[in-house]
Amino acid sequence: MNTIAETRAKSLLYLEDVSVSFDGFKALNALSFVVEPGELRAIIGPNGAGKTTMMDIITGKTRPDTGKVLFEDTIDLTKKDEADIAQLGIGRKFQKPTVFESHTVWDNLELALNRDRGVFGTLFYRLTPEDKARIEEILDTVRLTHRAREYAANLSHGQKQWLEIGMLLAQEPKLLLVDEPVAGMTDAETVETAILLREIAKTRSVVVVEHDMGFIRDLGVKVTCLAEGSVLAEGSIDFVSSDPKVIENYLGR
Amino acid sequence: MISGFIFRALEGKIIVAIAMLLGIAALVPALNLLTAPDSALHIPTYAMSLFGKYLCYALLALALDLVWGYCGILSLGHGAFFALGGYAMGMYLMRQIGPRGVYGNPVLPDFMVFLNYKELPWFWYGMDWFVVAIAMVLLVPGLLAFVFGWFAFRSRVNGVYLSIITQAMTYALMLAFFRNDMGFGGNNGLTDFKDILGFQVQADGTRAVLFALSAIVLALCLLISSAIVRSKFGKVLVGVRDAESRVRFLGFRVENIKLFTFVVSAMMAGIAGALFVPQVGIINPGEFAPANSIEIVVWTAVGGRGTLIGPIIGAVLVNAGKSFFTGAFPEFWLYALGSLFIFVTLFLPRGIVGTVQHGFKAREAMKAATDAENGRADVGTVAQTVQAAE
Repeated sequence: MNTIAETRAKSLLYLEDVSVSFDGFKALNALSFVVEPGELRAIIGPNGAGKTTMMDIITGKTRPDTGKVLFEDTIDLTKKDEADIAQLGIGRKFQKPTVFESHTVWDNLELALNRDRGVFGTLFYRLTPEDKARIEEILDTVRLTHRAREYAANLSHGQKQWLEIGMLLAQEPKLLLVDEPVAGMTDAETVETAILLREIAKTRSVVVVEHDMGFIRDLGVKVTCLAEGSVLAEGSIDFVSSDPKVIENYLGR
Repeated sequence: MISGFIFRALEGKIIVAIAMLLGIAALVPALNLLTAPDSALHIPTYAMSLFGKYLCYALLALALDLVWGYCGILSLGHGAFFALGGYAMGMYLMRQIGPRGVYGNPVLPDFMVFLNYKELPWFWYGMDWFVVAIAMVLLVPGLLAFVFGWFAFRSRVNGVYLSIITQAMTYALMLAFFRNDMGFGGNNGLTDFKDILGFQVQADGTRAVLFALSAIVLALCLLISSAIVRSKFGKVLVGVRDAESRVRFLGFRVENIKLFTFVVSAMMAGIAGALFVPQVGIINPGEFAPANSIEIVVWTAVGGRGTLIGPIIGAVLVNAGKSFFTGAFPEFWLYALGSLFIFVTLFLPRGIVGTVQHGFKAREAMKAATDAENGRADVGTVAQTVQAAE
């Protein structure tokens, strides 16, 4: 028992026995899952395995029927809503790139910046030199400096994905949840994205949901395979992809 | 902090619009009061009051633009906030009649004597003070918007559902205000006003001041709205309109953002109503009619939502059209309004101002394209500008 308590104490994100069902369909079935500080983790699994539902639960969009969801061992995420959880330091990238299309790339990042998000704080906000420097730094990280003054609507699909990742960075999260970041990207963009995520994971924990096995291999990190709402296998990519259950459920023979 | 907030509001178009409104505020009353009635430059009092009424509608449309054009909340009940502001002002004006009413009762307005009221209902207390009345003009619509928005936005009522309940809200208020025992004059509403702050409501001078005030207040509200939409808060508003869940997952409390905007907008609508009533001389439950609220949406759509100036132009144009049609071909007005809405939806989805702005952007893009042909810009920028215009 001691080991479980220890795991929990040093975890950043701790899910234990989480279940949720929608109209009788068990989307998550006694799922347990731990992310450590500074960890980069990939999650794979067939459609309907519960990957997105798990993210919904972590970010407060969906409430679990049973189970524990703890952030930094003490904060119960099931009692918080999306805005609280975002402010705690959990950022989320959606499957479909979601940026503010009628704002410029710069404004998108300015909005995402981890500053006073209240009504009056935003009404009287002025761009400080530090904030300006921070935005420029993020633009550089996500390789969008040359397009900073353009409307986000005019970015390519891959650039929108990067802008969204940049917005998450501006939030300065401790944990980043990234849902299918390379869906619809070119091969070159996919490689760049893997480099970008590894760079980001140097300073925070990142959980990536992906279908692209080549990309997961590029990341070279611990992989968790979900199926039917619980963990099927966990370990290195080679270990997981040679697991007979994973082959049967997900990879196919 | 405040100066920076206001300074940011002063962008080219807004400065021009505010200057024009202030010019109108000075010029129209001057032409009414200082020129001889037979002069070619003379503006008759009825025309000035009519134009003053349009300016109140313009303020109402501006208020709607803030919530609809920027935050994506299509309120079909803004007429209710306008009417409540109007009623608050009407109550003050009723109390100013004093013993000059038909029944000569020094305290009770005529309709109360007629309906056998023995004493003034509690909610009429203090309404004989102008300051209290003005406070109510802001507080009552603001409070209603706050309570309504608190529940609606917290339970995440969105889109067409929200529109329907705002419509239900104004309809319910209309039915309530039609009842005689509500204490607001029932079907007839409040009318027969005599003075405002001791000045005769009907006098040319008073009407000129009311007109000037309408234009000045509209200019002021335009300034405030511009400051709001150009601040970081305004960018968050547009974010809520375009990608609400993204805003939420960035850690903003979307319900508070919507609530603040809705309350500010309702207060502006209330002010519009309060300026409207003394110029028109009556307020009755008909102002709560759902159709009125829908008309506000038409003005805003015609002028161009999300442009601030568009709704002002739209409200004035459509109402000028309405005055013309209801005078010249009374039976055709509703058809004209309906056709206008269909026309705008199909052919001018951005509205007048939105289309013009878009046209300018497209022309800039064309110019960039020509420049590129002459080798003055690189092709990448052109493609982007052309895309931006589309």
